[in-house]
This record gives sequence, C-alpha cells and structure tokens, in this order.
Amino acid sequence: MDGIIKALSLLFGENPELRQIIGVTLRMSVISTTISSGLGIPLGVLIGSKEFKGKHWVQRFTNTLMGLPPVVGGLAVFLLLSRSGPLGTLKLLYSVTAMVIAQVVLITPIMTGLTATIISIPAPRIRETAQGVGISAWRQMWLMIYECRSQLISTILVGFGRAIAEVGAVQIVGGNVQYKTRVMTTAIMMQTNMGQFHFAIALGIVLLTISFGINALVHFLESRGRT
Amino acid sequence: MRKSLIIVSTCVMLLGLMACTAKTPPAPEIVNEVIRLSTTTSVNDSGLLPYLQPYFEEDTGYKMEVTSAGTGAAIEKARTGDADCLLVHAKSSEEDFIGEGFGEERLPFMFNYFVIVGPEDDPAGIKDAATAAEAFTAIANSGSKFVSRGDESGTHVKEKNIWKDAGIDPADEDWYISIGAGMGQTLTVADEELAYTLSDKATFLAHDNSLSLLKEEADDMKNTYSLIAITPERWEDTNYAGALAFIEWITSPKALDLIDAYGVDTYGEGLFFSIR
Repeated sequence: MDGIIKALSLLFGENPELRQIIGVTLRMSVISTTISSGLGIPLGVLIGSKEFKGKHWVQRFTNTLMGLPPVVGGLAVFLLLSRSGPLGTLKLLYSVTAMVIAQVVLITPIMTGLTATIISIPAPRIRETAQGVGISAWRQMWLMIYECRSQLISTILVGFGRAIAEVGAVQIVGGNVQYKTRVMTTAIMMQTNMGQFHFAIALGIVLLTISFGINALVHFLESRGRT
Repeated sequence: MRKSLIIVSTCVMLLGLMACTAKTPPAPEIVNEVIRLSTTTSVNDSGLLPYLQPYFEEDTGYKMEVTSAGTGAAIEKARTGDADCLLVHAKSSEEDFIGEGFGEERLPFMFNYFVIVGPEDDPAGIKDAATAAEAFTAIANSGSKFVSRGDESGTHVKEKNIWKDAGIDPADEDWYISIGAGMGQTLTVADEELAYTLSDKATFLAHDNSLSLLKEEADDMKNTYSLIAITPERWEDTNYAGALAFIEWITSPKALDLIDAYGVDTYGEGLFFSIR
C-alpha cells in the first residue's frame, strides 16, 4: 500500500527520469510498429490475397516466426550487432536503433501472419467479382485492404502492444542504459531486483494504462468492423 | 494501560524463567532445519557457496537455500523477512540495516580485492595509477567510457565511493554508462563498448570476455564480506538459531581453510581470503 502511494506521487510529481523512460519507450514502440507495419502488412496482403505454389510453406514459416521467443530474437540481433559480429562496425549495439531492429524482427512476422489471415477471408469473393468486372490486380488489393481496414488497424495496435510490453530482447540489445536505452519494462525488472518497488509500480501503472487503452481501441474497432 | 503492561511483562518474565528451567538440553536441537541465506552474486556465481554448502550441511545437519542478487536487493530480501542470514559486502548498507534493528552485528569474515578492468590498450593509462581513485580520475580526464552496475550492489556502492574519493561526479557524463545490471552483464557491455569497469575479481575471472585486468590490490580496493543474522525481533519466524549455526560454522578454522583454498586449483591463486 505504501508502495502504491509513493508510486502515485512519483507519477504525478516531477520526476525527469520517469518521464524520460516513458519517452524512450514510446519512441521505440512507435518507430518499430511503423516499420513493422510497413513491411508486414503489404507482405501479408500479398500472401493472403494470392494463390501460389508453396503458399502453405510460406504460411508455416511465418507462423513459426510469429512464435519466435523474444529472447532468441534478441540474441540473434545481439550477435549480429556485437563488436565481433558481422555488423559490429556500425556500432549500433546498446542504442535505441538496436532495440528497434530487434522489435522489427519480432513484430513483422506477427503483422504478416495476422494480415494474411484477415485478407484471406474476403479475398476469393473480391477476386471473383473483380475478374467479372475487369479490375486490375492492384485495384483488387486496395479493395481488400479497404474492406478490412478496421481489422488491419487493430493488427497495428496489437503490434504496438507487443512492442511496448516486450522485455527480453530489448534488455539484451538495449542493455538498459540509463538515460539512453532504459525502457519501462527493463526499468521495472531492474527496480524490482533492487527492491525499489514504488518506482516499479509507477511504471507498471503507466504500462497497464497504455495496454488498457490499446485493448479498448482494438475492441472498439473490431466491433465496428463487424457491423 | 500501565497496569496491564506490568501484568504482561511479569507474565513474559515468568514464562521466560519457566522456559529456562524446563528446557536445558545439552545438545542444540534443530527446530527448523532450513536456512534461507540471502547473498550477493559474486559469492554464489564464483562457485564459493556451492563449494562450501555440502560441507556445512554435512557438519551441522542444516539445509541451506541460497538466493543471490546484488547486495542492495539481497539486503532488501532480509528486510522483507524473506531471509534468515545475510552474506554481503557493502559496509554502509549493512550498517543502515543494523541501525534499523534487523540485525545485531555484522561480522566481517573474508575479503578479496576489486579489480579495474578495461580494453587491453588502456587508453586512459590507468596501469600506472597508485590507487583506484587515481585510476578513476585518469578515466574521467581521458573521457574513456566507463560502465557502471548502477544497481545499488556492493560493487556499485564501492564504485560510488571511489568516485567520491576522486572528487568526481560522473552521473551526467556522456562516457558514463549506467546499466542497472548484474556483474556478468556489466562485463559483457564493457567488453562490447571497449569501456572500463569495476568488478570483483572472482566474477571477472569466471566471465568470458576480452577485457584486461588493469588495476588490482590497491589499498582502496579491498572488498570485505560480512555476515549478519536477522533477528527474530522484526520477523519472528526467521530461523535465528540456524543463522547463528551457519555463522559459527563458516567462521570455524575448518571453513576458513576451505575458503582460502578455493579457486587455487583453477586460477592458480585464491579468490577469497579469510579474516581470522
């Protein structure tokens, strides 16, 4: 109880470090969600709308990557960016950029997989109608995206939710450096280990509020999309 | 109010007297055989505790459950009643802990040295420094990167004291990287960033990295480990008898000999030195 009171006074008081951590977290999550959406949604639309040879295998591969444990993804990016790794000369390890790269690796397959599933439902119908009227393949894809727009937006929000809540990969490649790569999840882990529960609770409240907001938005969009 | 106090205290005294006369067994009987030891990562990860534990359990009949974390967190565990005995290495934090009434005394029983490690070419030239404070000054003046544990562990507390001795406040400097992590990850980050860091020797030797040991055994780099039994006054279900039995055992000549011998086979030198 004491911890919660302290946490609330931290949240509504002047604590530059708390604000800074929230800022880094939002920046990282927004950028990585944007990039993942830019890569994952078009790829998902392609996979979901077309019938091609080996489609099953592509889907299976995407599904495997969707379940990639974050720490494994983080480890892979760490080895890639490490001083002794292939991209070591870029000196990106322990930066926000490194965390964004790890997040993109983790979230893009999720975007692709979800988009493919969403698009594949109206795809056959739209394709059939379009062929009858003689609409180009590009235009068909736009029609599919337009029809599924609310579901696709909630996919983006799911991706954002993943990005903001992830801890293993960003700890490995970000290193939890104070004032630089410390984000809400890694800070919560560290503060809990240090026994500084009120700081951890304050961040937990922020994280929960954001998650709640995203979920409410997803729910709203999906219920609207159905009608 | 006062009357009832007198009655209660008289009852307590009587009970105490009865207990004294009724129970005087010659050999100490083990009531609770599980001792929860909260300790710092350096003692556990260097393998010292896993090495001592079977000897202790065989000699006394107790069972030990060890949890390890940075000293700040290890002490916090004792404060919340989740430990019976502490084995840590940060004098000021330990004294605060005792000041708050959680323990009666700290008993220093072994020591080793902190080391300053860094890139092999030593850009700040700390090898020639006489003390750790001088070495830290050289690092600050050259603007070389320094990775800090930043987790209120014993090593972090020591590091802050050295900065204070050097008259430097590094917190807001660009080259100062505070990561709030354990020793192992701190060494990994220092290795990647070609940075300096302060480490306990045991963890450094056991860790796989390309850093070089640049400074050790200066007077201001001594690292003393102490024991504190958590009193039952704050948490009545702590295993106080067990904690005392562990302290008695680990300060016995046999255990101190074991501590001195530890690591000699693997590293050619001892990692910890007993205080007798």
